Amino acid sequence: MAPPRRAQPSRPLLVLGLLTLVLTVWAFWPGLEHTPRLGLDLRGGTQVILQPRPVQADAQITDDQLNQAVNIIRARVDGLGVAESDVSLQGSGNNAAIVVSIPGVNEDRIVELVGRTALLDFRPVEDILDPAAVSASASPSASATPSGSAPAATASPAPSPAASTTPAPAASTTPAPAASPSPSASAGSDAPTIVQSASNDAAFQQRLGELNCTDPRVYAGGSPDDPALWLGTCMKDGSAKFNLQPAFIRGTNVTDASAGIAQGGAGWQVNLSFDSEGAAKLAEVSGKLVGLPSPQNQFAIVLDGVVQSAPYFSSQIIGGQAQITGSFTAQEAQDLAQILKYGALPVTLDVASVENVTPTIGDDQLKGGIIAGILGLILVAAYLLLYYRALGTVAVLSLVVAAWLTYVLFVILGRTVGFTLTLAGVAGAIVAIGITADSFVVYFERIRDEIRDGRTLRQAVDTGWERAKRTILAADFVSLLAAVVLYVVSVGSVRGFAFTLGLTTLIDIAVAFLFSRPLVVVFSRSRWMQRGGPWTGLSPQRLGVAAKSPPGSRRSPAAQVVDAQQHEATAAAAVAAGATDEGDENR
Amino acid sequence: MSRLRELGHRLYAGQIEYDFVGRRRTWYVVSSVILVIAILGLVVRGGLNLGIEFRGGAQFQLPPAATCSIEQARDTAEGAGASQAIVTEVGSGGLRVQTQPLTPEQSNATRDALAAACGLQPSDIAVQLIGPTWGSQITAKALQGLVIFLILVAIFMTIYFELRMAIAGLVALAHDLVITIGIYALVGFEVTPATVIGVLTILGFSLYDTVVVFDKVKENTKGFAGQSRATYGQLANLAVNQTLVRSINTSVIALLPVAAILFVGAGLLGAGTLKDLSLALFVGMAAGTYSSLFVATPLLVQLKERQPEVKAQARRVAARGASRPDRPASAVAVGGESAPTAAAGQPAAGSTARPAGQRNQPRKQSRSRRGGGGQR
Repeated sequence: MAPPRRAQPSRPLLVLGLLTLVLTVWAFWPGLEHTPRLGLDLRGGTQVILQPRPVQADAQITDDQLNQAVNIIRARVDGLGVAESDVSLQGSGNNAAIVVSIPGVNEDRIVELVGRTALLDFRPVEDILDPAAVSASASPSASATPSGSAPAATASPAPSPAASTTPAPAASTTPAPAASPSPSASAGSDAPTIVQSASNDAAFQQRLGELNCTDPRVYAGGSPDDPALWLGTCMKDGSAKFNLQPAFIRGTNVTDASAGIAQGGAGWQVNLSFDSEGAAKLAEVSGKLVGLPSPQNQFAIVLDGVVQSAPYFSSQIIGGQAQITGSFTAQEAQDLAQILKYGALPVTLDVASVENVTPTIGDDQLKGGIIAGILGLILVAAYLLLYYRALGTVAVLSLVVAAWLTYVLFVILGRTVGFTLTLAGVAGAIVAIGITADSFVVYFERIRDEIRDGRTLRQAVDTGWERAKRTILAADFVSLLAAVVLYVVSVGSVRGFAFTLGLTTLIDIAVAFLFSRPLVVVFSRSRWMQRGGPWTGLSPQRLGVAAKSPPGSRRSPAAQVVDAQQHEATAAAAVAAGATDEGDENR
Repeated sequence: MSRLRELGHRLYAGQIEYDFVGRRRTWYVVSSVILVIAILGLVVRGGLNLGIEFRGGAQFQLPPAATCSIEQARDTAEGAGASQAIVTEVGSGGLRVQTQPLTPEQSNATRDALAAACGLQPSDIAVQLIGPTWGSQITAKALQGLVIFLILVAIFMTIYFELRMAIAGLVALAHDLVITIGIYALVGFEVTPATVIGVLTILGFSLYDTVVVFDKVKENTKGFAGQSRATYGQLANLAVNQTLVRSINTSVIALLPVAAILFVGAGLLGAGTLKDLSLALFVGMAAGTYSSLFVATPLLVQLKERQPEVKAQARRVAARGASRPDRPASAVAVGGESAPTAAAGQPAAGSTARPAGQRNQPRKQSRSRRGGGGQR
């Protein structure tokens, strides 16, 4: 390490000033939220943590299955139409947890809704209708979709060279339900998303007619269907409405599904294999349906109450190997394969915990957190001012800057990466006040030590920083390490705490280097500070420099050794600095 | 304050030096006694008082507006199908009902019954259901995090300091953890996820404190083998004394916000995350400050004193003990690793007494004690 250079305080201060300005403008951009996103424990709501469990006791859960499960649950939650609901996956494999947070409402339905295992089934199509809701009087019978637009399901004898591919215009297969921007918070929509009945009777027909498949909340699905009943539901993009017979195959009958290039080289296809039970059913049903007029030669692949695809049978499928062809893109084929495969390897979702906080309790906790934070800041500021006097003002200003940066970053992160501030996070931020303040203590104590060694204030500020810097970085690194490890392995509230701790540690480093340090340099250039009056907190008399003991008197050998080392360093610094201080001390 | 500052100076200058290292047996005994009590507490009390997050169960929180008594609430909950209902009063008149694990249906029934009996709307009652396996999962995850963190910290401290410092730091950390857990077992405070967070924070904080003290030890003992005035132990002890004021300040500053949380959490909100968290922090930070001063450094010295070069140097110091102690150090080989050859062996003639403000006369061939890149 070279001897300390004269610091130029203006540049870092400018950098931090600009940074703060940019972040502040970003956080308070008109028309957006200006407060951090609050977690459920601070504003009320329901949080459900689900643990996926493989069906076979010793099986591994794959990321694909987890993502699929999250997508399904997200679709269900979006169906509630509550703004700012959140479904997130934490962890991976058999230790994963799916955390569902729904603010503001105490929905009994939520637990039931998200805890149900997704169902995949195959149903013969009875009729395909126009997606819009029709008034009760009109009879819903108009067949809307010519079969030409449907993909085809074909038998594929194991090494299948010949396969009847049926070109079809766009098989509408959008990727798994993305979180659609939900309308403003209402306690869920009352509109049904599916209709079911034991028979295809008039009442069922009428309810089916009233089903509005043009409403995103309706075609988002999320209502698992009973496979034994008739089902009226929507295509997953809302392009059509289906009247479906009871299921003939369950998702569990699918043993494998994959996407591949279609034999003709024209686009992609989905290959399916069934277990023996599924194969037998498929042979029977396909034999029956293949000769029927459209749309009754079609079957619907229904996931969680929504039709994912409705291919028609172009031949009887014997042997349990089938392929679905159509003009799929690679993405569409993969998505469909994934859905089919997920149905084949269902993950049971156990409700691990349900937490519901009423808005009043949330409000109290938020108030408590804010009061504790402000109280903590005031106490720390008072202590720093009392103990460090003028230097203490630097520390207090730094704390204010750090607190402000923390706040605007909470706002920005809430908006960009969906960071939600929980009570644990608030506590983490309050605890961080101590860690931030400690950086100043390390630095200031170093400056005092240097002054005790007989340096001038300006030297002390520089050499002290060189030494304090390493300590601050090492200690902050440990703190950051703890935060990162906790964040990676934990779930739920511990995670929120770890994130806040990590963020505030980074802010601490930035503020210490870009604000506190240059500000101390600015202070040290003032005549008043250099005179070292009692209020500077750095008075050499008070620090006992003047009372430097005569050599050897009551001083331990260790102190003398260290003193000699210090002395050595001072001399070196003086040489290295070349120019002495006298020139710019304005004497 | 100014008295503390004066003390700070005298500590720094070595005029007053408390023998942390030399009295290590005392500290070990004190720590051992506390640890034994803590472990006994764990055994006798049959482990910790785990909250429902770890046991699994259901919890209903009734706001202060609830009009029913504790007995009424318990009877209502048990009448609605919840078994083993425990009702406690929290904060300013609210009630907390804890039961064995319930299904969502049972919990809805219980909630509605409680609302009816206590003059509340069902939506006023906060409900928490924890499955029986979830708690063990959280615990396993926290332990996993702890182990990973300790391994990483050990690696970091070994690189930044040395292996012995890493060992001493981690032992001090374990010491803090056991004491905190023991106190929790003895007093019977409830352990919730917030408590776990608190304990994990202590880890960071305890190490943080130890890192700062060790940094000073490292600085003081740099190149100690090149002189024979003071032993490693003496130099390390001086480091503890020199950072004593900082340790006190840090602890006070860290505890102030925690005290604020504790005050607000326990005083205004009753039971809850804030109280659990700050309680664990309060207990742990006190232990952490103690251990970085009284356990970590003495232990480090003990470990170091087994090293042959440290032993040899201590013998040289002892041999020299007869010589006059008031002469300034005459052969402090500083810069440990790589002193520039031009200056090698040049004695650093530095008088220890110099009037304040008078600068040193720069010598032609001085060495920077902090020379070389071996610092990082």
